[in-house]
Amino acid sequence: MSTAAPLAKRILLQGRYEALTMLRNGEQLVLAIALPLLGLVVLVLTPFLDGLAGSRVDAATPGIIALCVMSTAFTGQGIATGFDRRYGVLRFLSTTPLGKPGLILGKALAVVVVLAVQLVVIGTAASLLGWRPDPAGLLPGLVQLVVGAAAFTALGLLVAGTLRPEATLAVTNLFWILLAVAGGIVLPGTLLPDAIRPFVDILPSAALGDGLRSALIDGAFDLAAFLILTAWAVLSSLAAIRWFKWS
Amino acid sequence: MPNSSPALVVTALIKDFGPVSSLDGKMVRVLDGVHLRAYPGQVTALLGANGAGKTTTLECAQGLQRADSGTVRLLGENPFNAGAELRSRVGVMLQDGGLPPSARPLALLNHVAAMYASPRPVAELASRLGINSYATTAIRRLSGGQKQRLALASALIGNPEVLFLDEPSAGLDPQSRTIVFDLIRELRAEGLAIILTTHLLDDAQKLADYVYILDAGRTVTHGTVAALTADDAGDTYRDLRFHAAPSLDLPAAAFPDFALREAEPGHYSVAGCFTPADLSALARWWEEAGILPTSITMEPRSLEDVFLDISGREIR
Repeated sequence: MSTAAPLAKRILLQGRYEALTMLRNGEQLVLAIALPLLGLVVLVLTPFLDGLAGSRVDAATPGIIALCVMSTAFTGQGIATGFDRRYGVLRFLSTTPLGKPGLILGKALAVVVVLAVQLVVIGTAASLLGWRPDPAGLLPGLVQLVVGAAAFTALGLLVAGTLRPEATLAVTNLFWILLAVAGGIVLPGTLLPDAIRPFVDILPSAALGDGLRSALIDGAFDLAAFLILTAWAVLSSLAAIRWFKWS
Repeated sequence: MPNSSPALVVTALIKDFGPVSSLDGKMVRVLDGVHLRAYPGQVTALLGANGAGKTTTLECAQGLQRADSGTVRLLGENPFNAGAELRSRVGVMLQDGGLPPSARPLALLNHVAAMYASPRPVAELASRLGINSYATTAIRRLSGGQKQRLALASALIGNPEVLFLDEPSAGLDPQSRTIVFDLIRELRAEGLAIILTTHLLDDAQKLADYVYILDAGRTVTHGTVAALTADDAGDTYRDLRFHAAPSLDLPAAAFPDFALREAEPGHYSVAGCFTPADLSALARWWEEAGILPTSITMEPRSLEDVFLDISGREIR
C-alpha cells in the first residue's frame, strides 16, 4: 500500500521545483533581476530621489527591493500559475499527495526562494554602489518584506485563478509597469502629483515601498504601511480562497 | 460481480454547470443520475459519446469536482478535499495530461515520485513505457502519444490501488497502444481497480471487464461485454451477412422471426439470436431459389451495435 511522503518534504520539493522553473525562465529573469538592476542604476545616475536619504543608492535600493517583490510574487507567480491552470497542472498535482494546500504553500515557498536570490543580487550590486542600510531597520524591513510578499502572492493567485492565462499575462505585466511608475513603490508618493496621492497611499505597492524606505533609511517601523499591507494580504487571500478556480 | 468490496461507488450523481451566458444564464445539467461501481482487479470502462458526462463523472470520483447531489465513496472515503493518504492510493491520468509544458519528462517523473513514500522505481517505469528516448525533451515538444505515456507513468508512479485513466488511448500509435494496453492488463492482474473512459468501443471490448454506458449524463446500461452483447435469455446476438445477386425476392419463410433486409444492392443482412433451425431455414430458401451466395459471414453482435442502439446514430 502506498503512502504519501511527509507534508514538509512535499512542500519543500514543490517549492524547489517551482523556484528552479522560475529561475530557468528567461522572461522571468528579465522581470525579476534585469529590470530591477536597471532601475537601480538609473536611479543612482539621475536626481529623481535626491534629498530622500544620505545618498542616491540609499534612497533607491528599498524601492527596488519592493519592486523585486512585485516582480516575483505578483507578475511572475501569477503568470506561471495561470498557465499551470490552463494546462491542467494544478488539477493533476492536486490529485497527487501534494494536494491543493501543498501546491499553494509550494508556490509561496518558491516566491521566498526567488526573492532571496533577488535580494542577494540587488544587495550586492547596491553595496558596490555604496548602499549602507540602517542596521536597526533590517528586522522591520524583513517583516514588511514578508507581509508584502504574502499580499502580492495572494493578488497574483487571485488574478491567475480567475482570468484566462493570456489575460493574466496582460494584467499582471500592465499593473507591474503602472505600479512601478506611479504606484509609490520606487518613487515615493511624496514625489507623485497630489491628485493621485490618496489612491496611491493605500496601494500595496506604496505601502511596501514606504515600509522598506522607513526601515532601511531611517531604521523605523512604519506601522501604517504594515497595516495596509496586512489588510491587502488578508483580503486578497480571502478573495483568492473564495474565487480561485482550479480548472 | 466479484466478491471483494468495491474500490469506487458512485451513487445518483447530479452535477450542473453554469450559469452559461450563451444560454441566457441557464444552468446545464451535465450529470443526471450516474451510478457506478469499480472493483479491484477489474477494468471498468465508462463508454459514451462526446459530452455524455464521462470526464465530469471521473472528476467527481477523483475529488476534483464536487457533485451537486449524490455520493462518491473512493476506497471508503469522500474524495473531495480528502487527505494526502487517500490521494497517495489513487493515480490519476487527466484527459489533457496536466503536464507542465516546460518540464523535462524524467525530471517531472522523479519529482512526482518523490511525493510518495514508496513509489514505483522511476527508471523501470520509464523504460517500460519508452520514456527514456525522450527523457530530457521539453514536454511541449513531445508528440501526443509520448505525452500520453508520460501522463500514464505519472499516474502510476505512486503505486496506486485505484487508477483513473481519462481517454488513455487518445493519440497513441499502434505500437504505443499495445504497450499501454499490455500494461493496463498487467496492472489489473496486480489487483488494481482501473477506471477508464473511452469513446472507442474497440478499447472497451479489448480491455474492459465491466462497461457502463453513459448517455446525456445518465448511466443507461451496464454489464460485462458478453452480457451487453447478449439478449435477455443470455443468448448471444449474431450479425449474419451474405452477398448474392441484387434485388432477390425475400420470402417471409426464409427467416421467419427476423427481418432479413437488403442493406445495399446485393448485400443482405439480418441480426438476432439465431438457432440452428433458423440457419437451416435460410439454407433451404437458398436451395429452393437456386441462390449460391458469394460470401457468408456470421459474427457476434459488437459493443458498437449495443452502443449505437442506446445512444442513437445521429451525431450530437
